[in-house]
Amino acid sequence: MRKLLHIPNIRSWLLASPVTLVLSFFLLLPLLMIVVVSFWGASEYAIYPAFQFENYEFLFTSSVTYTVFGKTFVYAFITWAATLLIGFTVAYFLVFHVRSQTWQIALFLLCTIPFWTSNIIRMISWIPFLGRHGLANETLISMGVISEPLEWLLYSDFAVILAFVHLYTLFMVVPIFNTMLRIDHSLIEAARDNGATGFQILTNVIIPLTKPGIMIGSIFVVALVMGDFITVRFMSGSQEANVGRLISNDIGLLQYPSAAATSVVLLATVVLTIAIMLRFVDIRKEL
Amino acid sequence: MMKKNHYSRRTLLKGGAAAAAASALPAPMIWAQDIKNVTLRQVGTGVSAFNEIAAKAKEDIGITLEMTALDSDATAQRVATQPNSFDIADIEYWMCKKVWPTGNLQGIDTSRLKYYGDIVGIFKNGKLTPESEIAQGTAPHTVGFVEKSGDRKFAGEETGYMTLIPTVYNADTLGIRPDLINRPINNWSELLNPEFKGKASILDISSIGIMDMAMVCESMGEIKYGDKGNMTREEIDKTFAIFTEAKKAGQFRAFWKTFDESVNLMASGEVVIQSMWSPAITAVRARGIPCIYQPLEEGYRSWGNGLGIAAHLSGLELDAAHEYLNWYLSGWVGGFLMRQGYYSAAPATSKLFMTEDEWGYWFEGKEAKGDITSPQGQVIEKAGAVRDGGSFNERMGNVACWNAVMDENQYMVRKWNQFIAS
Repeated sequence: MRKLLHIPNIRSWLLASPVTLVLSFFLLLPLLMIVVVSFWGASEYAIYPAFQFENYEFLFTSSVTYTVFGKTFVYAFITWAATLLIGFTVAYFLVFHVRSQTWQIALFLLCTIPFWTSNIIRMISWIPFLGRHGLANETLISMGVISEPLEWLLYSDFAVILAFVHLYTLFMVVPIFNTMLRIDHSLIEAARDNGATGFQILTNVIIPLTKPGIMIGSIFVVALVMGDFITVRFMSGSQEANVGRLISNDIGLLQYPSAAATSVVLLATVVLTIAIMLRFVDIRKEL
Repeated sequence: MMKKNHYSRRTLLKGGAAAAAASALPAPMIWAQDIKNVTLRQVGTGVSAFNEIAAKAKEDIGITLEMTALDSDATAQRVATQPNSFDIADIEYWMCKKVWPTGNLQGIDTSRLKYYGDIVGIFKNGKLTPESEIAQGTAPHTVGFVEKSGDRKFAGEETGYMTLIPTVYNADTLGIRPDLINRPINNWSELLNPEFKGKASILDISSIGIMDMAMVCESMGEIKYGDKGNMTREEIDKTFAIFTEAKKAGQFRAFWKTFDESVNLMASGEVVIQSMWSPAITAVRARGIPCIYQPLEEGYRSWGNGLGIAAHLSGLELDAAHEYLNWYLSGWVGGFLMRQGYYSAAPATSKLFMTEDEWGYWFEGKEAKGDITSPQGQVIEKAGAVRDGGSFNERMGNVACWNAVMDENQYMVRKWNQFIAS
C-alpha cells in the first residue's frame, strides 16, 4: 500500500477517481448507449441491434428535420435575447442601485420565489391567464383597448417564448448578479473621474467585466430551451414542434433508434453552439 | 402514466358490510373456492381500468386483480414483447390485429363462457341486426375468432374460439358547444368549416386522429376512400394535404393528447368543435357547461375493447381467468361501464344491475325520469334529458368505421409527425 502511494501522481488519480467513476456510469455510459442505439433498427414493436444509417438518413433527408431545428434555434435565440435583457437589468439594479447588502440579498431571494413551485405549474398557470376568455383578454376588453379577444396570446409562438422567458430568466440573473458583485467599485469611480458618461461606464467597464456571468447564464438558457419539449407542447397547444417534441413523439411510438439518432444530432448541435459561444469568452480565466 | 391497484384483505374487510348486503341478493353463480388466492395481472388501456372493478372482483369471486393502465401504444408493445408480464390483456380490437400473430394470447373456448349467448352480434358476425351493414376498418368480428386455440390466423367468422372476450365499446363522434355555435351541426366536414377558424381541435393520437380526419375528408367530398381503415399511401397523402392546409390557415386552436386537455379546451371555450370521447362530454357537462356529443349524418367512428388471456396461463390460473371473464360478462361490470356512457358486450346481463331509468336513458335512448348519476354518484343529467344520438340501435347501428391499424401504419405515423411539425 505504502509502495503504491509512491507511484507518481497516484494521489491525484485516486482523488479524481470517484468523480470519474460517477461520470462514466451516469453520463458517459448512457450517452454511449444512445449513440449505439441510434444505429439500431426498429420494427413496429421491437428494436434490434444492427449497424445501419437508416435513422440518420431519414433524419437528414426529411424537410421536417430542418424546419424543426430552425424553429428550435429561433426559440433559443429570442429567449436568450429576452432573458439576457431582463436578467442583466435586474442584476444591474440589484448590484448598483440597491445600496445595502441586506436589501440586495432580500430582493435577490424575492426573485427566486417563483422557483419554489414546479416549472410545469408555473407554465400551465399561464393558460387560463392568456386564454380567449382569460384574465388578460377580459381586462383589455373591459379597458376598451381591444374589442375582440386577442387569439395569438395563447397556443402560439408568443405563448411559448413568454413561458420560456418566465421559466429561465433566473438562470440569467444568478450568474450575472454573482459576477457583478465582484466588480471593484473603485474601477467605476476611476472611470467617472476620467470623464466617462454613465453609458460609457456600462459599455466599457461593467459589460466587459460581467462577460463570464453573461456567458454562463447564456449557456444555461440555450441548453435548457434547446432541450425542452413540454413547454412547447403545452403552450403551443401541440401545434408547434421543436427537436425535443420530435424525440418525444418517436419515443411515444416506440421508435427508440430514431429518437436516439435525433438526440445525437441535437447533442452535437448544442455542444457546437456552446463551443462557439465559449470562443468569445474564456470563462475559466475570468472566473 | 402507470396506475396500480392492489387490493389487500384489509380493503376487502372494510367492504364487508357491502359484501354482506350483496350476498343477500342471488349470486350470479357459485364460484370455485380454490381460485380465491389467485392474483391476475391485467394490463390495458385506461378505458376500463377502474378501482371499483378490481374491488368488486375481489368481493364477488375472490381473485386479486392488479391493474396496470398504459397508453395504447405502450399496451400493444407490452402484450407483443413481454408475454410473461401479464395474465390478462385488456386491449382494443385493432391492437388484437397487431399482437395476436405474436402468439402471446391463447384462444378462448366459447363453451366455457356462460354468457356467450348474451354477447351482441357486432362481436360475432359483425351485424347488430340482420340487415345492418358492416362498417370499414378493423371490425371486431374480423379479428375476434380463430379456428383453434393456437392458430395465428383469424377465422373471420364465428368458431368455437375467441381471441378476445368483448367488454366495452362505443360510437365516437365530434363534441360541440351548442351555446357558442348556435346552429345545427350535421356533418363531419364542419370540423374544417372556416366559420370555426381558430376554434377547432383534433386529437394528437395518430391511430385515432387519422380516422377522424378520414371522416372529415370524405364528408367534404374531397376524397373517396376504398377503405378508411386501410388507406393507400396516396389516400394518406391527400388526407394530410387537406389538414395541413387547414392547419396553416389557422383552423385549429390546439391539438389534445390527454382526456383532461380535451375537457379543458371545451370547457374554457377555446374550442367549440373537436374530436372527443364520451366521458369527456360528461365531464364538461358536470361543470354546468352545455356540450353535445353530436350525432352526424356520415355516422360514427367506433371502437371496441376486449379481454385476452395470456398464452402462458394454465391450470388453476387459467380457471381463474375464465371465472373472471364469466364474472365480467355477468352484468355488474357492464352496468358500471354503461353508466360511464360506454356499452356492455352483454347488455342483457347488465340490465339486471341498472335501474329501469338508467337502462332507459343509457341504452334505450329514453327520456330520463329522475336524476342520472355517474358511477361515483355525481348527478350528470336531470330528469327529462335524452342521450345524444339516441338508443343503442340508433348509435351502434350507424357506425361508419372502426378504429383500425393499416398496412401502411408506419408511413402514416411519419406523415402524422410531419403534420404536427408543419
